[in-house]
Amino acid sequence: MSDLLNSGPLNSGPVNSGSISGGPLDKADKEQVRVDRTPDEGREVRRNTSAVHATDVLALVGAAVGSVALTALLFVRIAPFDSVLGFVVVGYMLFVALYAVLVSFDEKGVAVRDRVTAVIWHSLAVLVLAALVFVIGFTLWRGHRALVHLNFFTQDMARTGPLQPLTDGGVMHAMLGTLEQITISLAVTVPLGLACAVFLNEVPGRYARFVRTIVEAMTALPSIVAGLFIYATVILILGVDKSGFAAALALSVMMLPIIIRAADVVIRLVPGSLREASYALGASQWRTVWTVVLPTARSGLTTAVILGTARGIGETSPVLLTSGVNAGLNADPFKDPQISLPLATFDLVRSPQPAYIARGFGSAALLMGLVLLLFVLARLIGGRGPGELTRAQLHRRVLASRRDAERMANRSAPATARTRPEHR
Amino acid sequence: MSAAVPGFGQPDSADPEILDVPRAVRSEGELVDRLFRGAARGSGAVVLVIMLLVGIFLGYRAAEALRVAKGSFLTTSAWEPDSHHFGIAAVLTGTVLIGLVAIAIAVPLALGTALYISEYAPRRLRRTLVSVVDLMAAVPSVVYGLWGAFFLQGQVVGVSRWISTYFGWIPFLKVDGADPHDPLATTTVYTSSTFIAGMVVALMVTPIACSVMREAFSQAPVGEREGAFALGATKWGVIRTVVLPFGLGGVIGGTMLGLGRALGETIAVYMIISPVFAVQSHILQNGANSVSALIALRYGSASTFGMSALMAAGLALFLMTLVVNFIASSIVARSRSGAGAEA
Repeated sequence: MSDLLNSGPLNSGPVNSGSISGGPLDKADKEQVRVDRTPDEGREVRRNTSAVHATDVLALVGAAVGSVALTALLFVRIAPFDSVLGFVVVGYMLFVALYAVLVSFDEKGVAVRDRVTAVIWHSLAVLVLAALVFVIGFTLWRGHRALVHLNFFTQDMARTGPLQPLTDGGVMHAMLGTLEQITISLAVTVPLGLACAVFLNEVPGRYARFVRTIVEAMTALPSIVAGLFIYATVILILGVDKSGFAAALALSVMMLPIIIRAADVVIRLVPGSLREASYALGASQWRTVWTVVLPTARSGLTTAVILGTARGIGETSPVLLTSGVNAGLNADPFKDPQISLPLATFDLVRSPQPAYIARGFGSAALLMGLVLLLFVLARLIGGRGPGELTRAQLHRRVLASRRDAERMANRSAPATARTRPEHR
Repeated sequence: MSAAVPGFGQPDSADPEILDVPRAVRSEGELVDRLFRGAARGSGAVVLVIMLLVGIFLGYRAAEALRVAKGSFLTTSAWEPDSHHFGIAAVLTGTVLIGLVAIAIAVPLALGTALYISEYAPRRLRRTLVSVVDLMAAVPSVVYGLWGAFFLQGQVVGVSRWISTYFGWIPFLKVDGADPHDPLATTTVYTSSTFIAGMVVALMVTPIACSVMREAFSQAPVGEREGAFALGATKWGVIRTVVLPFGLGGVIGGTMLGLGRALGETIAVYMIISPVFAVQSHILQNGANSVSALIALRYGSASTFGMSALMAAGLALFLMTLVVNFIASSIVARSRSGAGAEA
């Protein structure tokens, strides 16, 4: 143990300085110190505390090169394999095995297991991210053929036959339909959903618990069943046509539980001390909710609504049953079928015509772009906990409080002058 | 509470003038407050009515068909409601099989991603990765469906053939009508199968399972993590002995939440499968079905009674996802309360 302590470069420093400044020491002691020092005399190297060592990197690179070479050998020279997927799978398995062997040259069994599992978790995460990038990239790439034509955004499909090229026809009708339907369903779900989330948090009790349970149960409602419900009630019983409005109602039934749950979680995170401070200042419950709770949770609530919108905008199955397919532009959501982007995608790719399929991919790419845009927006606005400020907000807050302090100083100066005589 | 009042008043009873009776604490509230609370309760009631209406209406309309079909609703495979010969044996089996295939693929992916984000990823990257996973959950199902139908379908056929050739002796991996020794055999027996639909649905449920698991892992107590490190554990040691045991509830709950979502998926499945109305347990073979695909397929041509039968199928699907989700959320909730045990 003492060997370990004295020979390390970090420990040798303090030990020596202590014994030298300590004054009289007998020779034997000094020599003992000198003997201990000799292995690293004169050079105090800072110890590398980084967890990454050159050998690790070398082992990774070596295993990668070795596995590719071995797999290539296997596939080209030894066996008549030809599938790309097989190459990747065999190569990956060889890579893990080679890596384990290489690490086991310098490490013990426990460390080898640690390294190998780390490689496996990393590769699973990479696989998921790669799949996501690939799905999105595939859609955008297949869709770009239709997207490069400007008429794709400005025309509808009413006068476009199956054999006409991509320079004719577009999905403007579906874009308008998506816009109108999501606006109507947001107009229904945002006020109702936020009010319900406030209710769940601010008026607790047995009734609120019951409502929360029901809302949580409704998040399990498959979206096609929401569509079926609206189809059977609004369209078959009330006799409303298949229309954008019916589709918006179906989307609302589906989005409402999602928005309520997300908003409920955000409002629950508002610190109780803020509410209590407001009540202690004599504010009523309504004032507290309006001026303390909602502004504190604003960024989270915005994110909840945007993410709910992103879910709703891409839903096809409720719209499939309720909105109907229309090849022409229909700006009136209350009358006649009105198509939307996901439904247009679904409808177009069912056709065997290559031009229709290309248009379907184009509208899918448009939809994907819309969802990406909503996500970037949500990321810019929110993701922050309640009360957490951006730097700009913090700066404004500091300036405001400085102004307040100044104002109070100005106000209190004459006041003290006035009160002083009374005090005397 | 009232019993305490005389005891409290005892010392002061000598002086009745300053007898201190506790003030009745009742917040009557201003008019505005009462209005606010009324409005809040009202909004709760509106939501409640909408939600209950969906459930009750579904049950009411389904009852008509269920009265006719009785027990055979669960055992019949065919779907001919107008001749009163219909049941959900085939579609329910198909739904469950697609869900199981999806979960079998999604769980390792979700587990690996969750562990990577909570344990290995650099701190700066973590928030970005979390929102990327959220994005993955919000990618429209029609986009996944396009990818599955136009890309994956062609790629997976080879894999399906390989699996069925070498593992065909396992009953559910068998493919009827396929001859692995015939090089010119058509590959259509391997297309539009439960397996391909399951793979696509797996991508859709991975982010849901992943975010539940990640949250559970990040709540593993710091004290015990550091204790394990101090005892000389490697990172894998810490994950195996601290993170996974504490996150077990999250893993199970996330898996079941994913299963709930997988069962209800419609469009992606509908775009890939070719519907069959028979119990199809060979997951690699052409032909599959699910309850939601059945509804999407038949709603347009349904008579009043056919609509009622579809409602019954929808109700069965809803009840199934409800049970799965309920079990999942109770497991997740219980695991959270357990994770509070700080060292």
